Formats: sequence, C-alpha cells, structure tokens
Amino acid sequence: MRDFVSMRTVIEASYFVAAILFIYGLKRMSSPVTARGGVVWAGAGMVVATLVTFLYPGMTNYILMMIAIGLGGILAWISGKRVAMTDMPQMIALYNGMGGGAAAAIAAVELFGGEDHGMVFGVLAVAGGMIGAVSFSGSLIAFGKLQGLIKKSMRFGGQQIVNLILLAATVVTAGIIVVQHGEPNLVVLFFLLALVLGVTMTLPIGGADMPVVISLYNALTGLAVAFEGFVLQNAAMIIAGTVVGAAGSLLTQLMAKAMNRSLANVLFSGFGEQAAAGGEQSGSMKPIDATDVGVMMAFANKVLIVPGYGMAVAQAQHKVWELTKILRERGVDVKFAIHPVAGRMPGHMNVLLAEAGVPYDIIYDQDEINSEFATADVALVIGANDVVNPVARTDPSSPIFGMPILNADAAKNVIVVKRGQGAGFSGIENALFFLDQTRMLYGDGQEVAANLIHEIKAL
Amino acid sequence: MIDGFIALYIFMLAAFVGHEVIGRVPAILHTPLMSGSNFVHGIVLVGAMVALGRAETPLELTIGFIGVFLGAGNAVGGYVVTERMLEMFKSSKENK
Repeated sequence: MRDFVSMRTVIEASYFVAAILFIYGLKRMSSPVTARGGVVWAGAGMVVATLVTFLYPGMTNYILMMIAIGLGGILAWISGKRVAMTDMPQMIALYNGMGGGAAAAIAAVELFGGEDHGMVFGVLAVAGGMIGAVSFSGSLIAFGKLQGLIKKSMRFGGQQIVNLILLAATVVTAGIIVVQHGEPNLVVLFFLLALVLGVTMTLPIGGADMPVVISLYNALTGLAVAFEGFVLQNAAMIIAGTVVGAAGSLLTQLMAKAMNRSLANVLFSGFGEQAAAGGEQSGSMKPIDATDVGVMMAFANKVLIVPGYGMAVAQAQHKVWELTKILRERGVDVKFAIHPVAGRMPGHMNVLLAEAGVPYDIIYDQDEINSEFATADVALVIGANDVVNPVARTDPSSPIFGMPILNADAAKNVIVVKRGQGAGFSGIENALFFLDQTRMLYGDGQEVAANLIHEIKAL
Repeated sequence: MIDGFIALYIFMLAAFVGHEVIGRVPAILHTPLMSGSNFVHGIVLVGAMVALGRAETPLELTIGFIGVFLGAGNAVGGYVVTERMLEMFKSSKENK
C-alpha cells in the first residue's frame, strides 16, 4: 500500500466482492436446499466490507468506533441468540429499526456538517435521513406492539389528516434544509418530525397486520441505506441497499397478498384488530375423546395436519412432530398443510415446525396441498381457526370473505383441537366446526398431542 | 465519482437484481428471507463508520457513535437470527 490511490483500489475492490457475496447469498437464501449456506456467504461479505472500511483514508476516532461496534455487536449477539422462535418477528423489527436509525445518523452527521455537496446530494441525504428516521421509530413501535409492551391500537378521528400534515411538514422542512444547508435548529426539527411521523403512522395498525408493516420498513431501510450510500459515494451501500429495497418491496406485496389485504388497506384502514362478528352458525359442535381420534388416525391412509399460531403458543409443535413420527412408522402418510398466515408472518410457522425437527419436505404450501384434502382420511386442525373457515368462500358479508383458505372441510373426517368453545382470534364463528364430519377435541394443544401419542402407542 | 446517470444505472440494475432474486421464493422462506435481507442492509454499518471517522464536533461524534452502535446491532443481530432460523431447515434425509 504505497500511496493513496492503491489504498482506494483495495477498498473499492473489497466492496465489489462484498456486493457479489451479498447478492449470491440472498440468491441461495431463496431456496430451502441452499438457504443455510446463503447467510454464511452474505456474512462473509459483511466481514470483508467492515474490515476494509478501517483502511478508509482520512479517518480518525478509531477507539470510539471499536467501542460502538463492540457494544452494538455484543448486545445484538446476546439478544439474537436468546430470543425464542415465536418472538422472531418483533426481533427482526428491532434490528431493522436499528439499521434505519443508523442511516438517519449518517444523514444527521452530513447535514450538521453543513458542507454543500450540491443539490442532488442534499436531496438524497435528507430523503435517506427521513426514511431512515421513520423506519427507526416505526419499527420500534412495531416491536413494542408484538412484544406486548403497547397493548392498544391508538386511533382518533382525523388521524390520517394529522399524518398527512406531519408528512407535509417534514418534507417542507427537508426542502428548506436542502436549499439553505447547515441550519442546525431546522435539522433537529426535521428529524423530530420524521420520528413522530413513524410513530403516528404505526400506532393505529393492528397486531395481525404488523408483519406486512415490518416488511415495508425493512424495504424502506434498504432504500435509506442506498441513498446515504450515494451521499458517501459508497458502492457497497448503494448496491446492497437497493437490492434490499427492491426485494423487500416485493416481499411486502407477497405477504399482503397472502393475507388477502392490499398494502394501502393495511396502512390506512386498521382492520387487523376489530372483531367483526360473523353470521350465526346452525347446528352444534360435536365433541370426541382422544381414544377415538387415536384409532381414527392410526388406521388412516392419509392424515393432513393444519397447524396454527395456537399450536406454537401451547408449545405443542414438539409433541405434534412426535405424533407424526409414530404415525409415519405405522405407514400413515402424514403431511403438514401451511396457510401463508399460519404464524405471525408468512413462513413463521415453517420456522416453528423446523425448530421442532419437522423436515421441510413434508411441509406443504396451501397451493400444493389444497387438492389433497379430498383424499385425506383425517384433517387435524390444531390451533388454527380463520384459515380453515369455509365462510371465506361462501359468505360475502364476512370480513374474511375472499381470503384463500385451506380446504380442510373436504377431508373425510375433521378433528379440531381447541381450548374451548369460543370464537377465534378474529371473533368470527367458524362454520367448519359445525359440519357433520367435524369433531371437537377440547384441551391444551400439548396435552392433546401427548394423549394421542399415548393412545396410538397403546394400540 | 458515482454520479448522475452512472448512479441511476446502478440503482436501476440493483433494483432488478433484488426483484429477480426474490421472485420465485416459496412462502416457507418468507420469514427467514426477510430476516436475511434485513441483515444485508446492515452494510449501513460501513457508512456509519465513515461518518464517525470524519466527525469533529462533539455533536457529530455523538451522532456518529450512535450510528455505528445501531449499524453494528443491525448487522450482528440480523446475522444471528437469520442463521438460527435457517439452521433448522432440514430435509427428511438429513434429519435421521
């Protein structure tokens, strides 16, 4: 490293390699077979990019830098290792918020510095700062809601108008900063407005819609990182940020679609939490005991298990997998049917089942499995409710009308494992429970699964 | 300098790459993949390091410090949870 130019070349080459590793890693993460290696490739890219940044010309404050990296890294490492799989969505929100905050901090340093880099750079700096700050405070609210720290959804009349005014005020302040750069009070006001906007945008959104919002903030943080990358002339940030921005936007749309909601609907309506009562169901719910269910499943040809978030709350996934193994040893064809919103967010249920040891090749998506219910002897619904409710197909007045559901009602026998007789999370009565071929197996998910294992072993 | 139309070209191409990479992903990987992309924008750490490295006034130093702290949290936390989730994805053959 003889002079400035060659140092610059080493740095740029390393960023180039890092960008390739990020894209290759993400590509591998998009298939279950290669996913595990994918994150390691991306991780290598991150290490390369971080190490080489220490060589950046004209930098000081190395000790402070090491302390900050050490503190942030260790805290995140410990929390990331400890978090339960059921709490994963809010943890992602928290880390994402940190990224948004970091992007806003970069913008703040640039703006307080007050140097004039020209109009384009000014616009990109404030745009990245604003998006980053909104993503920061919004993600923290999302974290608080899913973690149960914020219980209520705060709504008041004219909330949309307040948000619009806040947005307009933030943009106007941003505009003034770009034109007459370096006014510290305005910069402070700008960031305060953006932070408040993130809070008021997120507070009214219900818990059930939160995953879509987290995904949106993830995409926004990516965009903020890309903008600050332009300001700092850092190619790795531009490319990684833009890739995440695009991928995150697509992922947000896919999630919203899987939940049968449009993005605008999620952001501006606030269903998610209102309990809209459905029509009354005729007929009665017919109970059954574990012995009968054990016999029914043990002598079935095909059993489809429909797990819901209730199963994870009851920590029943390990017992359910044990049950599955016993049945498979007896030659029963057992498959898991996963609705896109079976967990707290699309794909969350797969993570929870994977944690219990269920191999991914007996877990099927809704589209793959739905035609198989007609040939199944038993559909075991455990902790799921709305995702198997046939009124989504038949009753236009129902709030879930039009949502694609799992065709559990097509199976010869339907066994519903449920704590009590009440309506589910959304408060909508489930027509499936009243069908002729449906039997209710009341009890805690984990106990019920243990009982079933016991009964089948005794046969 | 990454400027003007060059910048626009990079932006456009990277956006298409992001879109393509995620395009055909099965729903079972949505959560880990969101977590993975969350990790990738942890590259913001690099920018925060540069901002702190050039900071002079106490205010800039404070903000820069917070930025690096947050960026490191994003990168490390994002990696740890993604790795933990993907580690569990095994097929029937590997499971025995």
